[in-house]
Amino acid sequence: MKLIINDEEKDIAGAISVKDVVDSMKLVPEKIVVELNHRILKTEEWKSSSVKDNDRIEIVSFVGGG
Amino acid sequence: MNEFESGLLKYLTQEQLFKIQRTKVGIAGCGGLGSNIANALVRTGFKDFEIIDNDKVEANNLNRQNFFLDEVGDKKIEATAKRMKQINPDVKVKAFKTYLTSDNVQEFFNDRNVVFEAFDNVKSKKLMLETFGDSGKLLVLGSGMAGISNKTLINIHKVKENIYIVGDETTNVGKDNPPLAPRVIACAAMMASVAVEIILTK
Repeated sequence: MKLIINDEEKDIAGAISVKDVVDSMKLVPEKIVVELNHRILKTEEWKSSSVKDNDRIEIVSFVGGG
Repeated sequence: MNEFESGLLKYLTQEQLFKIQRTKVGIAGCGGLGSNIANALVRTGFKDFEIIDNDKVEANNLNRQNFFLDEVGDKKIEATAKRMKQINPDVKVKAFKTYLTSDNVQEFFNDRNVVFEAFDNVKSKKLMLETFGDSGKLLVLGSGMAGISNKTLINIHKVKENIYIVGDETTNVGKDNPPLAPRVIACAAMMASVAVEIILTK
């Protein structure tokens, strides 16, 4: 699966859903927000949001403090 | 127009002040970021606010938050609103003492044009972006302003048309990287600056 993640082309083998992408990149779900093709997803939508070749994914990762 | 607002006209045109004054601002969190964002925005002329925070002022907040010793024990929303009114007595502040969760977040900021995410914890930052990211509001979030190192610069990261993250996006707050006034206030000021630029150039 060829995806554009944060403007970089990435090959994520076997990914069907956004959740698969997050898991295969070993990201911490509690710290990130995912946008799929310009729509921000709620975490509970990750599993049901399927991905296809050339989809654009933006991943924002937070750190604490304020 | 009160004396403070007349003073603003030395630096802003009537039209600029009008744009600023009609903007409805939401600030989620009145700690290191929120109390200082409020300060910067009221001084710039903003006068319509909704602020949310669940905490009381503690002595250990005073290292970076815009409160004073005699306010220890006071609700942060009240101390923040008081400070804002000391600058501009005609400022309108809707203040809610609550903790934002996925169950209640939809009840807030509905009529706001600009919302600032000014919480300290990652969970709330994520909640704010997931909730308001596609709302059409200008959303400004803070991420990464802890510690003493300036090797990691505080940046303005435009995520998309209406979403900006201000911070170094790498330095997590912790024992080695405490939240200290210089970088926290710098981050808060830059968050306010993002909104000012967008509002005045639109």
